[in-house]
Formats: sequence, C-alpha cells, structure tokens
Amino acid sequence: MRHAINVTIIIVVATFALLFIANNVPWMPVQASVEAELIDRLFSLHIDTIVFLYVLVNGILLYSVFVFRRKKDDPSEGAYFHGNTRLEILWTVLPLITVIYFAILGGNVLSKTMAAADDELQVIVTGRQWAWAFEYPEWGIASTELNLPVNRRVHLVLYSDDVTHSFWVPEFRVKQDTVPGQEKHLRLTPTQVGTYKVRCAELCGTSHAYMEAPVNVMTAEDFEIWRQKRLGIYVPPEGEAAAEDPVAVGQRVATSAGCIACHSTDGSALVGPTWKGLFGKTETLADGSTVVVDEAYLHESIVDPAAKLVAGFQDVMPKNYGDILTEAEITGLIEYIKTLQ
Amino acid sequence: MPTWLRIVLGFLVGAALGAVVFVGVRAVGGLPPLADDLRPLYAMAVFSGIIGLMLGIDRQLGLPRGLVGMATGFVVGILATVGIRSLMGLTPWDTESVWVVASFIAPIGFLLGVGALSDWLRWIFGIHTPEQHGPPPGKPGWFRYFGFDQNHKVIGIQYTVTGILLMGIAGTLAMIFRTELLAPGMQFLQLDTFNTFIGMHGIIMIAAILLGVGGMANYLVPLMVGANDMAFPRLNGFAFWIAVPSALLIIMAVFFGGWDTGWTGYAPLSVRTFMGVNFFLIGIFFFGFSSILGAINLIATTLMMRAPGMSLFRMPIFVWAVLATAFIQLTGTQFIGLSFLMVVLERNLNMGFFNAAMGGDPLLFQHLFWFYSHPAVYIFILPGLGIVSELLPVFSRKPLFGYKWIALSSMAIALLGFMVWAHHMFTAGIPNALRLPFMYTTMLVAVPTGVKFFSWLGTVWRGKLFFPTPMLFVLASIAVFLIGGLTGPPLATVPTDLHLHDSYFVVGHFHATMFGGFVFPFFAALYYWFPKVTGRMYNERLGRIHFALQTTGFYIMSLTMARTGLLGMRRRIADYDPAMNIQNLHIIMTLAGFAIFIGVLIGVYNLVVSARRGEVAVMNPWGSRSPEWQLPSPVPEHNYEEPFEVVGEPYDYGLPGAVYVRMNGHEKAGAPAALPAQ
Repeated sequence: MRHAINVTIIIVVATFALLFIANNVPWMPVQASVEAELIDRLFSLHIDTIVFLYVLVNGILLYSVFVFRRKKDDPSEGAYFHGNTRLEILWTVLPLITVIYFAILGGNVLSKTMAAADDELQVIVTGRQWAWAFEYPEWGIASTELNLPVNRRVHLVLYSDDVTHSFWVPEFRVKQDTVPGQEKHLRLTPTQVGTYKVRCAELCGTSHAYMEAPVNVMTAEDFEIWRQKRLGIYVPPEGEAAAEDPVAVGQRVATSAGCIACHSTDGSALVGPTWKGLFGKTETLADGSTVVVDEAYLHESIVDPAAKLVAGFQDVMPKNYGDILTEAEITGLIEYIKTLQ
Repeated sequence: MPTWLRIVLGFLVGAALGAVVFVGVRAVGGLPPLADDLRPLYAMAVFSGIIGLMLGIDRQLGLPRGLVGMATGFVVGILATVGIRSLMGLTPWDTESVWVVASFIAPIGFLLGVGALSDWLRWIFGIHTPEQHGPPPGKPGWFRYFGFDQNHKVIGIQYTVTGILLMGIAGTLAMIFRTELLAPGMQFLQLDTFNTFIGMHGIIMIAAILLGVGGMANYLVPLMVGANDMAFPRLNGFAFWIAVPSALLIIMAVFFGGWDTGWTGYAPLSVRTFMGVNFFLIGIFFFGFSSILGAINLIATTLMMRAPGMSLFRMPIFVWAVLATAFIQLTGTQFIGLSFLMVVLERNLNMGFFNAAMGGDPLLFQHLFWFYSHPAVYIFILPGLGIVSELLPVFSRKPLFGYKWIALSSMAIALLGFMVWAHHMFTAGIPNALRLPFMYTTMLVAVPTGVKFFSWLGTVWRGKLFFPTPMLFVLASIAVFLIGGLTGPPLATVPTDLHLHDSYFVVGHFHATMFGGFVFPFFAALYYWFPKVTGRMYNERLGRIHFALQTTGFYIMSLTMARTGLLGMRRRIADYDPAMNIQNLHIIMTLAGFAIFIGVLIGVYNLVVSARRGEVAVMNPWGSRSPEWQLPSPVPEHNYEEPFEVVGEPYDYGLPGAVYVRMNGHEKAGAPAALPAQ
C-alpha cells in the first residue's frame, strides 16, 4: 500500500509538471485556417492524454526499477501474485471508453472541416510530376500560385495528370491526395494573411522534394486586384509603382511553376537541360540540326517544348505552359535565364 | 592441392567464367559484347569470383552452389526470353522483359543449387531419403550453416545471422541518406539515388525483421513446446533458403537504376518508375513464400507437437505471440504478393489494373497492399512483445501478471490487425463511410496493446528486479514501444491525421514501434539466449555500452522525428526548404542515428567475439523455469533425450516448490540461488 501511495503521488505531480510544459510548447506551425484551429484543439487533447499515459507507465516502471531492485546477496524471490481480474477489466474498459470518445470527437471535427458553404470559391488543383497548377473556373484564370482571399470558404477540386500526389499546406493542417483518373475534394477557410507553400506529401518520383508552390492568402481587396490583373482589366490608381522587375518575376515563376524540378540553375544535369550558360549557346537537336538559343527559341520551347527537342533529352515537359503562364511571366522567365551565365 | 591455392584458383576461374558468360549472353541477345560502361562486367566478374572462392573452400558448400544455380537461372531465363521473342518476331533483346522473366526463374535455380529441393525431387523418383542429423559425414561443424540443413536450431541461426546482415545493409543506407539530410540542398547524393535508398532501407529492414522473427521462432518454439524439431524440417529449410535469393533480387535492383516509390511501391508510380522496381517487386513476391511456409510449420509444431501436459495456457508466452504472428503470415502475405505481381504484369504486359485510362483503379493497389502491410506490422512486433513478456518474469522473479490476458491480447491484435488497413488511406480520398469505421477499429487496437503494458507493470511491481543486459533491453523495449503506442491515436483520429499523414511524425511513430516492438526485444533475446545457443557468455560491459548508445540515441531520434513532422517536414524528401528552420533538428536526428548505428556495431562485435572467446556459460545463468534452460549449453542436436512432462504453471517464480516441467524423472523449478550477484 505504501508503494501504491508513493507512486500515485509521483505520477500526479509529474503529470501536472509535464502538462504545464506540454501546453506551453508551440507544437504546430502558424494556425492559418479554421480547420487548423479545430484540429489543433483536438490534437492538444491528444497531447494531454499522451502526457498522462506517458507518466503513468514510465512512473510505475521507473519506480519499480529503483525501489524493487534485488539487493546484493538476496536470494529471495519477488512477491507471488498471478494477476487481478478486476484490474484487467478496469484497464480494458477505461481505455476502450477513452478511444471511443476520441473517435466520436474525431468524427465531429471531421464533419466540421468538410462542411460546404454557399459562397465558396472553387479552385481546380492539378498535381503532376513535379509541379502544381491552379485554375479558377469562375473567371477562367490559370496560375502557378494558389492565391486565396482571407476568411472565405475554398473548395479545392483536385486532379492528377500522372501519379498520386498529395496537397498539403502545413499551416492549413489539412491534406488530400490527388489521384490520377479521379476527382478529389478538399475544403478550407484561410484565416491569416500570409505566404505559405503547398508541399507534395506523397512520394511522386525524382523531384518529389521540390514539388512545392506558393500559397498566398490575401485580403479581399488584394485578391480582387490580383484577379483583375490576371484578367487584364486592372486600372492602376494614380501614382502606383511601375511594373515588377522581369528577372524577379522569372525567378519566382521558375520555382512556383516547377521549372527548377527539371532544369538546374547551377549546371548540374537533371531531367531537362540546365539553364546555366544556356542563353546564347548552340544546341544540337534530336534530328541532328543545330539552333542558337535566343529569346524566340526559349519562348517556343516553353509553350511548345516538343517543337525543337535538344538531343539527349526526353519529350516529357508538359505542353500547357502557354496556357498557365502569362506573357509577362514567360518574358520574365526568359530574362531570368539570360542572367544565368 | 593446399586450401589457399584452391581459394585463389576458385576466385580466378569464377571471375573468368562470369566475364565470359556476361559477354556471351550479350552476344546472343544481339548486343555488342562490351558496353561502354564496364562496371556491370566487373560486378559480374567479382560476384562469380566470390562464388568460385567459396567453392574453392569446399565444393559441397550449399551457398555458392545456390548462387551458381541462381546465375544459371538468370542465363536460362534470359536465353529463353530472347528465344521466344525471336520466334514471335520481336526484337530479341528487351532489357526489362528478359530480366523480369529471368528473375522469376533465378530463385528456382538457387533452390535447386542449394539443395532445398533435392529430397522432394528424389521422392518423385521413389528414392527414400532419411532425415539428415548433424553435419554431413566428414565435414566440420560450421559446414552445415552454409547449406541446406534440416535442424531447427541451425535454421534458426541461419535466419538470425542473415537478418542481422540485412539489417546492417539497411542501416548503412539509412546512415548515408541521414548524412545527406544534414543540410538543405543536395550534398553528395543524386535525387534518384536518395529515393532508391529510402525504398531499399525500408524493404530490406522489413526483410531483415521477418528473418529475425523467423530466427527467434525457429530456434525457440520447438525447444519451448518440448519438440525435437519442427513439424516439417525440409519445408523449414526451404522456407529459409527461398528468402536468400529473394533478398539478393531486391539488392540487385540498385544495379538496374533502382526505383523511386519507397518500399510501398504505390501504383501508378511503380508502373512508371525505373526498371529496377521489377527486382524489388519480384523479390518480395518470392520472400512471401518464406513467410507463408514458415507460418504453416510454426502453427503445426505449436498445435501438434507440444509436450504432454502442456495445454495452450501452459505454453511459454512467447509461443502464444508466435502463434498469433503465424496466423497473420499465413493469411495475409498473399495480398502483398498479389499486389506486387499485378504491378509487374501492368508494367510488362500492359494489364491496366491500376490505370484509370484502362478502367483500372489506383486506389485498388493501396487496398491490396495495406491489407497485408498493416497486419505485417503486427508480424514484426508481436514476437518482440512476446519476448518482453517472456523475459520480464525471469528478471523480476515474479509470475507474469495476467498470463491469459496477455496471451489473448496477442490474438486480439492479430485479428484486429486485419480490420484497420484503410487508416493508411485516410487522405487518399476514400469516402467517409470507410474513414469513420476504420478510425474506430484502429482506435480499438489501443485496448489489447494497453493490456500488455499494464500487465508488464503488474509483473515488475513488487518484484526482485536485476539488470543484466537482456533486462536492460527489455525495459528499453517498453519505454520505446510506449512512444510508438502513444503517437498512434493522433494518427488514428482522422482530423489530426489530415495534418500528420505522410509527415515525419509518422516516421517517428513507426520507427518507435519497430524499435520498441522488434529491435530492442530482438537484442534482448540475442543476449538472453546467447549462452544457451553458443555455450558462452557475452561481455556484460560491451552489452551495457550497446544498450546506452542505442537507447539514448533512439529516444532522441524518434522524438525529434515526431517534432519535425509536426512542423511540416514531409516523409521521403531528399531535400527540405531552409525557410522551415528545421536544419538543427535534422542535425540532432543524424547524430542520434549514428549513436544507434555505433551501438549496434558494438553489440554485433560483442556477440561475434564472445561466441568464440567468451567465458563458458553455466546451464541456467538467469534462473529461468523454461524447459530449454534445463538443457546443457549449447543445446544438444536432438534437444530432449526423452519428452518432458508439464506439471505446473510456467511462471510460478516466488512460489516455493512450484514445478513447471518434469524431465527425466527430475522436477525442474528454476533455481534462484544460481542468480548472478548484482
């Protein structure tokens, strides 16, 4: 009995101490969506339970290790008891109730994260080796960045062009695979203006690690400006700054459109030709002829990659960059490639 | 001729023959005899040189004969494919086709060469073959470990040593890619090499664990139930030896471009990746035979060959764990074989099982794959948890708390294991009508697992604990498996899993379950039965150093993995975004990983050296009541001269005069007086 009281005191004290620490550790990244708040609340309940069970098991184990160790030259055996049916039933039933409680909570939270809304913004997300593409069917906008207005329900419709990928923005907490030949759905409501990244979470081949694209959560006003710019109907107010530097645009697009997954900027060989020293170089094509890499050739190779394929490379580059990139972005890419000498 | 000359000559002749065969096969296939890249030729020459070297040591040795059979199988398969393709009017040589067909034939060649089929083939012709006992006439004792043998103890050691070797390969791969992750950006590995290495690390570890489980079960189960061997000794040898060419096939993948799907081989990526994937898929297909046949043997032995008086609830608890495991292996393994075979067929014969454009379904692969691969987790951990339950009473000098509850919890886990597979697909886009039920079933696994934990606590409570190396590893198993267990429910709850799925949190979770459920108990078992197997004692000091390095290293590594995953680190990425600020965590994980690696190296060194030079062990150094400890060390060829009789409970430590087995008319109680001083 003395031992039972001792160990109970130790467990209670240690549980509260560890709970205090655990509840003050920032376990998760920024909470940037309604779903993140729901999921984090459930997760912290999990953490509390974990802390208690962790202390319970380790407490009794360590207490036994230190208190019930065999003394030197003590030939006697331990206390003789076989078990205790009442205890066994207790520690079968209590965990059973606990896990069922968590499952019920899980079901409730899941249904909340999946709820649809009337005014939701639909975005079509397409994953392919190794880039993301986003379309806004309402306005016919295609983009390599996912721009979202803050505090508005978003309905993502996910597709894959080739293999299974997975849409994950850690700050949003939710994740959904994209499966070739199937349509998948994910809903979320961003709550924090900021820049995040969607990171492919399902191993999808060579450049899986680099299958990332920017996610920009904007104020409703900024989102409207972006939308108008993409539609070409934006009228800048007086005195607004001049257009962005094309090299900066190109550098950003090179990442967001997934170019750098196949084209290195440091001369190393990947799936496609490196961009380092590319501009001005004379390339041998698959049919044996040669071409000097100039602006026109680069433009053609971006919008119609199969037209003049460089010898030694496969025709694997997607053919739709002419649709998903704006003319300014293509120009930016070309200017950026020119700087890589 | 002196031995050294035969070894040198064997190597040279082997290497020359290998090179000739290599050039010849290419010529027959219509390729230029020498490729631009000569490395495959050198690899082939070295490989066949090593076979020649082994044959130089002894021409009767099974392993090199098996390798010659395997090489012959490859040549036959390649020639047959080239021939058939020519007859069909196709180009004779298609690299992937010829190697795929050859990979199906090569393991059969190995089994013929090693002698695993010899007895059965003789029976076809009506030739009687007796069971082989001891090394073949005129051969030294070590000879039988390198060839086909029917004794369960030899096979158990073969399984264990092969398992440790594979673990070494897989662990080395982990150290390589862990070093790569020390800093953002690619340091010294190519992306494809990294992706191949993570897949190989995973699948070779799984093969190693299955072999380790097979090793413990084969060695211990007949001894514990009082049998002199397994029910089907020839099948037992076959089940081990088919695992060897399978493992070689998986390793061969790296010479054919590797594969970048990870060990899960998800279609459609596995249909599109490099041709190396075929070797991995076919290797695992054959490995499955080892699991299934081994399971049949263990079930038959346990159910039919127990000593008189040994009712099911008087078996040593480890036997219960193995029985539960064997049921999973017997009924689940077919599904991974099937799913991998379907990928091979889709790749090579364009059958669109998983191709949506041809009416197939990519998710079908995941269902088939996880229907085995989730229960497989319990194949890995149940025997390990059985070891914990087996050893705790011995080192606590107390009865096992709640024997029946522990025994039945293993069965409950085995059964539940088949009802939870879709939790691996919570983010795959399956309907809620599947996600919710699978969340409930997955949660239920916590209940029988909890019973085990609490019963272990009941076992150590008010015991007389002492702490030689095996007990330290048992305690570490509990502490580490606790991390694995407690990180489970957040993954089983669908909403939290939406964040955690495919993150490093999962990596931390399953490494903790694998280490707590298999690696730590496996080493506990190795140290514990080492004196019984070898007749010598391991070095206690080195054992403690091994324990300290592996335990602290692993504790830090798994917790850091889980932490990094919460912050957004994905599984299986060759490079990470420096903006995430997780480099320090990666440095910690890598250093901790090396601590584990060095610890294991010290452990293996300890076992290898002690097997030859350790102190001679007493018969029952731990004062165990289990029947195998009442035998001389090492165990005699035929285990028990006469069958023993079970007259009491297995774990009645602390009850004066309690008897478990009566052997040769003597009552064996397990003597506490023989305990080592603390």
